[in-house]
Amino acid sequence: MNNYESVFIATPVLSDQQLEELFGKFRGVITENGGQIVNEEAWGVRKLAYPIQKKTTGYYFLLEFTGEGSLVDILETQYRRDERVIRFLTFRQDKYAVEYSEKRRNKLAGKTTEKKEEE
Amino acid sequence: MAANNNAQQSEIRYLNPVTVDVRKKKYCRFKKAGIKYVDYKDPEFLKKFLNEQGKILPRRLTGTSQKFQKKVAQAVKRARHLAILPFVTDLMK
Repeated sequence: MNNYESVFIATPVLSDQQLEELFGKFRGVITENGGQIVNEEAWGVRKLAYPIQKKTTGYYFLLEFTGEGSLVDILETQYRRDERVIRFLTFRQDKYAVEYSEKRRNKLAGKTTEKKEEE
Repeated sequence: MAANNNAQQSEIRYLNPVTVDVRKKKYCRFKKAGIKYVDYKDPEFLKKFLNEQGKILPRRLTGTSQKFQKKVAQAVKRARHLAILPFVTDLMK
């Protein structure tokens, strides 16, 4: 059971309801195939550093989950099939990454006002 | 043999004393700060390792050790893939 972190960008033209449904779809893909979601975040619409498919903004989603390696292949084929997803990146977290994301999550959850120092 | 070399060298008169600039000892900021993981999701931190065009700065300028330079490069490339950082730009700072 490895820890994975996956970020994908959806086209900004979708309505909130469609975005939620899209996010739920990938959440379902993970849970159905024996994965377990550790953390999920929606960063909202952000400006892209360079236009992707002629669009300059995108809706970012982050999914952190644990699962088998085969789960990632399934997830990525789903990403490729869905044309609303314009870019995705999935990678396996090493132990430092897991530790860092936990610390980051506590900090975000804690809503502490002090600056998010780089760990 | 070395003796007379020194003799010849010493005959050379410099107009002004040769100034050797005292170089600040570079250190790896990751080891010093105890940072273990370079996060690709935070552009502000990564920008410290990019020049104006958005290219990754070499180790000899930033002084980071090879282990962390690889992590920084990996993080920058991931950020570029996700359009968090541009591949090439002008006047990024």
